[in-house]
Amino acid sequence: MGRKEDNIHKAQALMRQTKFIRNIGTAAHIDHGKTTLSDNLIAGSGMMSGDLAGKQLLLDFDEQEQARGITINAASASMVYDYKGQEYLINLIDTPGHVDFGGDVTRAMRAIDGVVILACAVEGVMPQTETVIRQAIKERVHPILFINKVDRLINELQVTPEQMQARLASIVNEVNEKIKKLLPPELKDKWALKVETGNVIFGSAYNNWAISVPYMKNTGINFKQVYEFCKNGDQKTLAKKAPLHEVLLEMVIIHLPNPDEAQKLRIPVIWHGDPESNFGKAMLNCDPEGPVAFMVTKIIVDAHAGEVAVGRLFSGKIRKGQELHIIGMPDPNRAQMVSLTVGADRIPVDELDAGNVVAVSGLKDAIAGSTVSSDPEMASFEKIVHYSDPVVTMAIEAKHTKDLPKLVDVLRTVAKADPSIQVEINQETGEHLMSGMGELHLEITQYRIVNEHKVEINTSQPIVVFRECVLGVGGPFEGKSPNKHNKFYIEVGPLSADIVQAMRSGVIDVEGKVKDSKAVARQLQDLGMDRDEARGIVAFHGTNMLLDMTKGIQYLHETMELIKEAYIEAMNRGPLANEKCMAVKVKLVDAKMHEDSIHRGPAQVIPAARSAIYGAMCLAGRTLYEPMQKVFINVPQDVMGDAIREVQQRRGVIEDMKQEGEMTIVASKCPVSEMFGFAASIRGATSGRALWSSENAGFEPMPKDPLDKAVLQIRQRKGLKPEPYDAAYYSS
Amino acid sequence: MVRQSGKLSFIGLGLYDENGITLAGLDRIRSADVVFAEFYTSKLSEGALERLSAMTNKEIMALGREEVEDGTRILEEAKEKNVALLVAGDPMTATTHIDLRLRAHKESIDTEVIHGSSALTAVPGLLGLQHYKFGRTTTLPFPQEGYSPTSPYDMIMENLDRGLHTLVLLDIDAENSRYMSANEGFHLLQEMERRMGKGAAKDDSIVCVVARAGSPDCVVAAGPLSKLIAMDFGGPLHSIVIPGRLHFMEEESLGQWTNGKDG
Ligand SMILES: Nc1nc2c(ncn2[C@@H]2O[C@H](COP(=O)(O)OP(=O)(O)OP(=O)(O)O)[C@@H](O)[C@H]2O)c(=O)[nH]1
Ligand SMILES: [Mg+2]
Repeated sequence: MGRKEDNIHKAQALMRQTKFIRNIGTAAHIDHGKTTLSDNLIAGSGMMSGDLAGKQLLLDFDEQEQARGITINAASASMVYDYKGQEYLINLIDTPGHVDFGGDVTRAMRAIDGVVILACAVEGVMPQTETVIRQAIKERVHPILFINKVDRLINELQVTPEQMQARLASIVNEVNEKIKKLLPPELKDKWALKVETGNVIFGSAYNNWAISVPYMKNTGINFKQVYEFCKNGDQKTLAKKAPLHEVLLEMVIIHLPNPDEAQKLRIPVIWHGDPESNFGKAMLNCDPEGPVAFMVTKIIVDAHAGEVAVGRLFSGKIRKGQELHIIGMPDPNRAQMVSLTVGADRIPVDELDAGNVVAVSGLKDAIAGSTVSSDPEMASFEKIVHYSDPVVTMAIEAKHTKDLPKLVDVLRTVAKADPSIQVEINQETGEHLMSGMGELHLEITQYRIVNEHKVEINTSQPIVVFRECVLGVGGPFEGKSPNKHNKFYIEVGPLSADIVQAMRSGVIDVEGKVKDSKAVARQLQDLGMDRDEARGIVAFHGTNMLLDMTKGIQYLHETMELIKEAYIEAMNRGPLANEKCMAVKVKLVDAKMHEDSIHRGPAQVIPAARSAIYGAMCLAGRTLYEPMQKVFINVPQDVMGDAIREVQQRRGVIEDMKQEGEMTIVASKCPVSEMFGFAASIRGATSGRALWSSENAGFEPMPKDPLDKAVLQIRQRKGLKPEPYDAAYYSS
Repeated sequence: MVRQSGKLSFIGLGLYDENGITLAGLDRIRSADVVFAEFYTSKLSEGALERLSAMTNKEIMALGREEVEDGTRILEEAKEKNVALLVAGDPMTATTHIDLRLRAHKESIDTEVIHGSSALTAVPGLLGLQHYKFGRTTTLPFPQEGYSPTSPYDMIMENLDRGLHTLVLLDIDAENSRYMSANEGFHLLQEMERRMGKGAAKDDSIVCVVARAGSPDCVVAAGPLSKLIAMDFGGPLHSIVIPGRLHFMEEESLGQWTNGKDG
């Protein structure tokens, strides 16, 4: 039996002893050392040689991850440790840091109960650090802090011991502020970082050592010594005296909750079914004898096993061959193989128990986000919302026509394995459009389609995803039906940032039909919307909404579905460039309809209402919103000018500059459309001495000049006439 | 604005086939420069248009719904030429044509209306129901996604409440050559009855059907809904009447048609 099999064999025995289980993850800004840290844990459990810890990056097993030196997929490892004579099972998920793969972080949070937030001692707290803290707390995942790369502070930034301590303290404070700001009142004290308790550790994942205040007390090591070991290039000895995995493990076992404790806190937040029901009780008590409640957080497409669903089993147990229901799908699926994961390997076990991160193959109808249960009537888990929208898109077609059916299939699989990839058919050209979170995201997906799924494809240059919006209020605008017997009067305007945020983050449920319009109206009013407007809510679509402000118009109720259809069409294809709309408030203010229902069918009402919406948008002033990115560049003094020039040439704005020893950290904001090829040009401009990272920063209105150019370009690409139609066109 | 030299004549083709047109109508077609026809609001039997074309020695261009609603082509031609627009039935019973005539006047184009007979009077006449005892007419549309109105049912109910008869016209989907049969119409009414439950279209409600009014094989029938819904009335067009309170004369008339005799 290999080391992994051996370790998992022990895990099997521990799976039911919830007291001795921890489900944890790593999360941080890109490159802060998550995978390096994970290596240390795996080595510490004996599944990998200690010499390789921090170098092998076992959880970056994917070919593209290794080629690019970054994590792309959330990957997991189950391992058993001995802590003070007691064996513990740790289920670890290592998450990616690159923003393009942020969806995987959000989803992984559902599976774990505690998370090690890493912060690089040199770069400090970055926006992505804050993002992952927010995601963790939203899921009631307990965050603790590991300040990594302390060796660089000493050896590269050449700080004094006092400066080192001050810097570490300031990072702890900053992270603590961010955590406390987001915590609900009852957790404010419990989950705050307190260095003296040991829920913060400092170390170097690459050099395999770490210290915490209690650890220092118990062993007599102090900051001064740490400093000396690093200074003298003897971190090996330090790693023997204070091995990272031991210090980290102690922190995890003492400070992070076991699944039983965690589920009591988390279930009310992530599942809104009846707590008194069978399911409620079983999940709150993490009961392996209860019904199966399994939430899928990741689909792995494996060359041999096919699609493997990885996720968290909150109650019950799953055995090979068991029939399970994917909630929302008509037919049950059969679990083919049940296993625990160690990186690329899945090790089959007899049975999976409640309270663990597990892998199940054979659930062909499941996607990331599916609720899987032994009972088809189980209430689903809350949806996992990832805040970011796709920002780039490319057209994609099979090189050989005969491959088209295969490509359609592969695209479906790709979108299933990576819910952040969206595939649509372009209405104008019939080609497939693949949208993703960034240039890299599309590049990698494209690579997979060709090299892993073996379909030859042609692709267009990636382009950014625009959104259409209005500048002000416009209308009422009269839209006439083709037979002239029906008229609809529409007013449009922009929605407030608060409301858009609430819709985007899922605070307001914009999916499907508006069920409880009174409750929604109350929510909207609380967000500052006028009372009468709020009460008119008919439908959402994306971050747009349709309101009915009319009163007592005969026949309107039997026409509303058609008006809604027109509104959805208009929001999917804006009047400026046929791009999707965002933040548009569409108000029906009046309607005149023909007496006889035959004269107000779909062929009449849909074009009339659509024209009214488009016309009102013309009057309100149309604009495009473009996706923005925050760009952080870590650059030595002498080439800083070159780096800044690269940003400014791309319509970028420098927002902040921070001096850290020899390095300057430049924070800037650029339109995504200008960022294509940035990686290569900044490498060229700074001889590869700049480290940079980026973060999506939402959509912003475009300035006039690039706006006109962009509109023209999009229209030409779509084969539309160069000039958009004007209001007069929509009134005829 | 200066008076245009052309003219737009709306010509009713009457019922069923090419033989329903009036002599005045025939005369106008013969003297027209351009002849259009539209058949989406109503229709004539197979081949009628071709025969009319042969009779008058004129080329007749059939227009689709969009072109008639848009109207630009018709109005452009009518500015300088004598244009005839042929419409089955009586032309001004369709609101689209009222709109077109209005627009012609706005553009200073002379118009003229040559009437034809219409189902609106033929159907009550064939049944022997008195036309002044009818309430508002309604039409049953083919149900479409997002659109299954129940206002026709409300209309029938409203008329019934006042003791009035309702003429129920049935949808024409000319593009796909679908013409709603009386049977389909009854099924839709039954469905509305299930949803609304006010008693306008119960199984034992007395209802009437006229099929192919104006043709030699015209069919007229009256009786309980449950009986008529199962009868075969033959090819299009069909109309339904839901009678209100019956005068004894009307009652006697309907009595003739309980077995669906030929008109
Ligand atoms: N000097 C030093 N380098 C480190 C340390 N930890 C990690 N690194 C280096 O930092 C780089 C990034 O490490 P990773 O572990 O891949 O970082 P990550 O957070 O997993 O990166 P992503 O998953 O792509 O976000 C690698 O080159 C590591 O060798 C450390 O403690 N000291
Ligand atoms: Mg990584």
